[in-house]
Parts: sequence; C-alpha cells; structure tokens
Amino acid sequence: MEVSYYPGCSLEGTAIEYGESTQAICRTLGVHLKELPDWSCCGASSAHVTSDYLSVALPAKDLEQAEKIGLDLIIPCAACYQRVKVAEKELQSDHRPEGITFSPKGNIRIMHLADFIWDCVGEKQIVSRMKKKLEGLNPVCYYGCLTSRPPKITDAKNPDNPQSMDEIMLALGANVRNWSYKTDCCGGSLQFTRLDVAKRLMQKLFDMALEAGANCIVVGCPMCHGNLDWRQSEIAEDSGNRYDLPIYYFTELMGLAYGEIDTVKWLGKHMVESKALLQRNGLL
Amino acid sequence: MTGTAIPQIITPSHTFLKEVEAKSKQTVSACFQCEKCTNGCPVTFAMDIVPHKVIRMINLGLKDHVLKSDTIWICASCETCTSRCPNDIDIAHVMDSLRQLCQSSGIEASQRNVPLLHEAFMSTIQAHGRIWELEMETRYMMKTKEVTSKDMKFGMDMFKRGKLKFMPSRWGAGSKVKQIFNQSKGRG
Repeated sequence: MEVSYYPGCSLEGTAIEYGESTQAICRTLGVHLKELPDWSCCGASSAHVTSDYLSVALPAKDLEQAEKIGLDLIIPCAACYQRVKVAEKELQSDHRPEGITFSPKGNIRIMHLADFIWDCVGEKQIVSRMKKKLEGLNPVCYYGCLTSRPPKITDAKNPDNPQSMDEIMLALGANVRNWSYKTDCCGGSLQFTRLDVAKRLMQKLFDMALEAGANCIVVGCPMCHGNLDWRQSEIAEDSGNRYDLPIYYFTELMGLAYGEIDTVKWLGKHMVESKALLQRNGLL
Repeated sequence: MTGTAIPQIITPSHTFLKEVEAKSKQTVSACFQCEKCTNGCPVTFAMDIVPHKVIRMINLGLKDHVLKSDTIWICASCETCTSRCPNDIDIAHVMDSLRQLCQSSGIEASQRNVPLLHEAFMSTIQAHGRIWELEMETRYMMKTKEVTSKDMKFGMDMFKRGKLKFMPSRWGAGSKVKQIFNQSKGRG
C-alpha cells in the first residue's frame, strides 16, 4: 500500500523515536510511506495565534503537493494533522483567507496515522505480523486535543471517545483500560510559557490513569508525549506523589510486538524510565 | 491581568464587536450565554475572565478589559469550547483574533512570554522552513531573558537523548515558504 507521508518537524527532533518507529512498523505492515518532497512546517500552535493567513497558507502548501500526487496523506503528529485539516476546510469554505489561490479538490483522504493503521491497514494485517503479545501492559490510550477537536474540522467519528489506538493495543494483546480522559487537554501549548498551568492538567491525567488501573499511557502526539514524559518527574516531586507511568508512542509498542530490534533505542530516548515495566513482563 | 474592575454600569457599544466579528469571521453576537464554553474549559482556574464572559464583554464593547486580560493568553487552544458551542461560534479562533488584535493595537500582552514564544517559533520557520528546536528555544530565551539552571539541565537531557540537534534538517527556507512569508506582510 502506498501513501503520502507528512512527518512534521517534531519527528526529526524531539519526537525522533516516533518518526523512527513509524517508519519501522509501516515497513513491517507493507505500507510504503512516500515522504512529501521538501515539506515544510505547518505553523503548528503558533501560526494561528499570529496570522490567519500563515496558519492556512503554510499547511496548504503541502496539501496542494499531496493532492497533485494523489495518494492519501498520512500524518503522525496530531497538531500537523489538525492544521492540514483546517487548511482543507477553510479553503473549501466561503471565508477563505485572501491571497491563497489553491482550492482543495478533496481527491485524497487526510488521516492521522493511528486511524489509518486501524481503518485502512486493518486488524488482520496488524495481528498477522505480531511476534509477541503485549501481555502485562495495562495502558490507557490518550489522544489529546487535536485529532478529535473540533469534529467539524477533524471529521472524527467519535470525538469524545476515540478508539483507534485502543483497538490496536487490544488487538496486540494489551489489557487496555477504559477512562474518561482520552481527549482532555494536557496543556502542551503552555509547557514553555505557563508550566504551572500545564502541570496541573497533567497531574489530573496521571491521577486518573492510575485510578483506571493503568501502568502506562499510550499516545499518538509528539506534544502530548513531550509534555507527559518530560514533566512527569517534576510533577511527582512537586506533589509528593509517585508517578511511574512510562509514556509510549503506540508505534513503539507496535514495534515491540513485531520484534523490532530498535525498540530499546527508541525507549532510551524517553525521560521517564520506560524499559523496566517491559522487562518485568518478559517483553524486553 | 485586566487593570481595572469590570464596570457595573456599561453603555454598550458595537464598535469592538464589529471589529472582532470582521477579524474572526465568527458571529460573536449569536452567543446566548449558555456557559458551555466556560464549563468545558480546562484552564479557567488560571483565567481572570472566564470564556463566556469574554464573549459577553466583546458584545458590550469592553475592548480594553478583553485585550488586557490574562485569558486570551492562557487559553491552551484545546478547542473544547469550539466543539461544544451550540451557536457554532469558533471561540478558540475568537481567542486567536483577540491575541492578534492585542498585538496590533500595541497593547502589552498580560502574559508577556506567550507572544514571545510564538514569535520565536515563527522566526524559525521563516529562517529554515521547518522548526529547529535548538534555534527556536535559543531565540525564545534571548527574548525572555529568563534561563534557569533547570532549563539548562533539561536542554542537556534532550541533547543526550538525541532530541535536540546541533544542525537543522535544512538551512534555508525553500522559495515557496519565502514567498508565503512575503505575501503574509500586511495581512492579518
């Protein structure tokens, strides 16, 4: 299966393990990711604060390329995904920003990686490549804000209770826990400016994950990962609570189930120690 | 934070409402104060004016109070309000418009670091076409002039894990990105 691929800036830097694990599992699943030539930043959480024009023109540039290529566009980063969807919808609406000539034809689907893997690659293929079951892992899946909201932009089927990562983890043998905080905000956009506010949101997520009986959190967004992984020890220190919750990209756990040798390398990039839980359960 | 208390007696004016509606392309006047935005908002604890009151104050013309508020910079852009508004007002986008109006009116942002981060972010895209985190964070720290030993340790931890790169993935922004930034001049 061939698709266009827009990795986004984080996957080359702060979320490099998400980028590498995405490439690895797609190879295993027989998905050929064709990276968009010379893609550029979508403007993420800053362009829409500073300029309506840039917030649409930047992602529109790469959407235009993808439509010309004509293959479905797969995006692993929640923020990039949402900004490209915003560009598509804005440019199809009657209040498009002036000065952009491109009009999306809508000839391709724009999909977040987790939805693509569950809906298009499918359970049969996902399970057929499995070498070990993710037994002993009790994850809660955390989707964050931007793959779901607002549903008129994201076209999310179930914006308050998304399922794709839950289904993938369940298919690979994990004991997925249910919780009501799948799409609550972690405060990622405030991490560098009002960390105090972001920490309060994150602490709620950690407390609720533990209450749901989780021993790890599974994510599909570089901003959520960066926030929950990098700040967890500080939050534990500040609150006096013990939080020992590895934050895994769903692609890393898929790689683990598929026996990818680089899994250890990816997990070594996390701030929260992420290997011990897997070793205790004979997965590593 | 807003400098003065919200007045008890107000002579409503539509000037600011028209300005916000033109900028945001949203029908802010459709709000009937159901408070769903405020009740769903995860960061009201850090706001000085809760979201449904911001919308009401736009309708009443309280421009200064709104543009000087913490709220417009505390909003985390999670879009819960936008998803739940029964009158289809994209409230998160209205917050973006208010931030832009604050900056273009020359009003000092109540949370000064927030626009500085966005400036650092956008300058990095303009320079390289993509985000190079090391440059973005350096630009941000130079603007805020606030660097703690914790920040330095955090940066080192990121380097050790190969998450901060000494070099960008590309140096110059491509011609298309340059063109987009050139065309953005003078536009909202």
